[in-house]
Amino acid sequence: MKRFRHEIIEKNSILLLIGTLIVASIGGIVEIVPLFYLESTIEKVEGVRPYSPLELAGRNIYIREGCYGCHSQMVRTLRDEVERWGHYSLAAESIYDHPFQWGSKRTGPDLARVGGRYSDDWHVAHMKNPRSLVPESIMPGYPFLAQTPLKYDDIAAHLAANRTVGVPYTDDMIAKAVSDVRTQTNPESDDGDAFMARYPKAQQRDFDANPKMVSELDALIAYMQMLGTLVDFSGYKADSPENRR
Amino acid sequence: MPAISNALWSLFMVGGTALGATLAINAADPGYLVHGVLLGAFCVLGLVFMYARRGADVATDASPYNDSVVRAAVIACTFWGITGFLVGLVIALQLAFPALNLDLPWTSFGRLRPLHTSAVIFAFGGNALIACSFFIVQRTCRVRLAGRWAPWFVFWGYQLFIVLAATGYVLGVTQSKEYAEPEWYVDLWLTIVWVVYLLVFLVTVMRRREPHIYVANWFFLAFIITVAMLHVVNNLAVPVSFFGAKSYVVFAGVQDAMIQWWYAHNAVGFFLTAGFLGIMYYFVPKRAERPIYSYRLSVVHFWSLIFLYIWAGPHHLHYTALPDWAQTLGMTFSIMLWMPSWGGMINGLMTLSGAWDKLRTDPVMRMLVVSVAFYGMSTFEGPVMSIKAVNALSHYTDWTIGHVHSGALGWVAFVSFGALYMLVPSLWKRERLYSLRMVEWHFWIATIGILLYITAMWVSGIMQGLMWRAYDNLGFLEYSFVETVEAMHPYYMIRALGGALFLTGALIMVYNLWRTARGDVRIAEPEVPPNIAPVMA
Amino acid sequence: MMSYEEIRSAAGSYGLIYFILMFIGVLIYALWPGNRKKFDDAARIPLEED
Repeated sequence: MKRFRHEIIEKNSILLLIGTLIVASIGGIVEIVPLFYLESTIEKVEGVRPYSPLELAGRNIYIREGCYGCHSQMVRTLRDEVERWGHYSLAAESIYDHPFQWGSKRTGPDLARVGGRYSDDWHVAHMKNPRSLVPESIMPGYPFLAQTPLKYDDIAAHLAANRTVGVPYTDDMIAKAVSDVRTQTNPESDDGDAFMARYPKAQQRDFDANPKMVSELDALIAYMQMLGTLVDFSGYKADSPENRR
Repeated sequence: MPAISNALWSLFMVGGTALGATLAINAADPGYLVHGVLLGAFCVLGLVFMYARRGADVATDASPYNDSVVRAAVIACTFWGITGFLVGLVIALQLAFPALNLDLPWTSFGRLRPLHTSAVIFAFGGNALIACSFFIVQRTCRVRLAGRWAPWFVFWGYQLFIVLAATGYVLGVTQSKEYAEPEWYVDLWLTIVWVVYLLVFLVTVMRRREPHIYVANWFFLAFIITVAMLHVVNNLAVPVSFFGAKSYVVFAGVQDAMIQWWYAHNAVGFFLTAGFLGIMYYFVPKRAERPIYSYRLSVVHFWSLIFLYIWAGPHHLHYTALPDWAQTLGMTFSIMLWMPSWGGMINGLMTLSGAWDKLRTDPVMRMLVVSVAFYGMSTFEGPVMSIKAVNALSHYTDWTIGHVHSGALGWVAFVSFGALYMLVPSLWKRERLYSLRMVEWHFWIATIGILLYITAMWVSGIMQGLMWRAYDNLGFLEYSFVETVEAMHPYYMIRALGGALFLTGALIMVYNLWRTARGDVRIAEPEVPPNIAPVMA
Repeated sequence: MMSYEEIRSAAGSYGLIYFILMFIGVLIYALWPGNRKKFDDAARIPLEED
């Protein structure tokens, strides 16, 4: 008799646990699962491509330094934001972002469309000492980036890991990943045309103006200079039914 | 049974040592090397610990409960609390005086900010939750904590998680998902620790000698199981190499954003709310010496809170590329969430009805009650900020930071302080606290600190939001971005001052708790009201 | 696969009814007179030990 009672009580705590799990998972399921299945979640636009190996390495430095803590990459659909930062961000623009970098705080400016807005020289000087260019800035200086050689001997494995999670890198892209880092930082390279075919609209130059090495700063500037530059908005119709969400 | 348990845990530690050594030897990057060494050292020390405590932790008639692990978690909680508040003060000063970033990789704001958030949420808050849940579940179930080594593994394994996360941030090991920054292998370690935590807690509840499962334990169970779900889903990732720190998150873009804020908002909802409500539902009635105002209300509170909270994540993504239907759902449920939150607040506050004089006479009671009041305030502010029109102004600004801190400092930290003031005399078997007057000082200094902090952030946040959208009479944007940055400087100094006061209050608490644990009683204190002294006796 | 419109209308009708019923269920459980003693006992748990 005592044993029986005990069993019910045991079951109750398990029931409580299972009930909690069910109740607490409904909201997440309803909000998350449709995002993978509803076609309208991602707009139909041209131009978005996987990051070049150098840009990907630069993105990893952006992540490593915690830039997302102060910089958003998400222009909201508000009038002043569009006037200040450019066309509002589309879901299509971050489909290859593992993880996303939309951010949650704008202690510094939004960077979704920073590509091409400043010169490479500006970025080099700004990263070394932000207050040399913007006296009121409260951004930390990153002088060590220009002096640190970029570690990219394993970059092919990074592309392969991205392919595992769904980024359409081809075998060719993975095979040429290491040399593509050098190609993108060297405008004289022989492989330039093939590289541009692999990564359309990529920018090919020595970003930190130091031909002696591929630095972490090269990668970071290459990443920032391409942000928001891939989609051609002249053909984007926000009101067409396929883009309404 | 004890022999099997000893053998299994020893085997685990030996295996962990070997694994740590293997990872360290083959490490592809410095962060991974350090972490391999840390894992190996942890497991070696684990064996030493098991040997040193081989005869300890046995139940006696005088003390049927396992309180040594609770004492350890109380010490860790105060230690990490001070660390986390201090790093918070440092990064607040960095925002006011950027030269303090030192232009070094390891000291820049970007790397220290996750150190602060993880230290206060997971290290301070997490240890408060471990301490209180282990303390409360034993007493409300009238049974000793399950497991011989398992509770110790939960405690020490959790400390290793904290150290791995913290050293990782400083060395640049992060996956950049806010409040889930640790990389894949640290996530796996936490998963192991968390499963053991769930088992210890659940088996203790199953073995209870009390017909009912007290409502505090419902909240603890919901906190443990839901955080497990959130943690596992949000951290799914593919490592570049088994011997390297870097991984790529499985999800991308808009889906990743939704999953991240589903996680992060419910880290607030289940870690910082449900868990700490468990603390409230035990310590407020205990200190007031009367049962909770309405047990029925707590039942409704529980189910509606855990049901509604999980939906609120999309309010972090208003006007972004997240589809509108998801934003609308997030807003709607966030507003509805106001009701269970205030149900909980009313339940906590009204427990004092008939004993309101304790607010005046007992500073620990006041700390607990003010924490519940802050809970009510931030759970009112939250739904307001989730309204799209308000969020358009508040998002990306310091208003959000102020909101978070009214909840974190006012609710989470204050309810934890109240619990610590009650736990330490009980756990160290002391008559009473070393000094109630010091609790008064702590209370007032910390409260002024919080008020300075949140008002500074309200002003700077709303001001910056308004400046961003201000147009001049020619129809152009009136302010450049950097002008808004410059305008915030005075408020950043006020915020740092508020943080310094809060830290000062916490240091007073640590001194008070340390003297209490030593068994000292401050003489020349006014008579203790008779209803306070024997509360924990 | 269901379209957005189908999911939307299902959520607004069946979903709403389902959630309301669940909530009523919780209320009935909490307010059921037979549960009163159980809850009163449970509420005294923190005050009894040590």
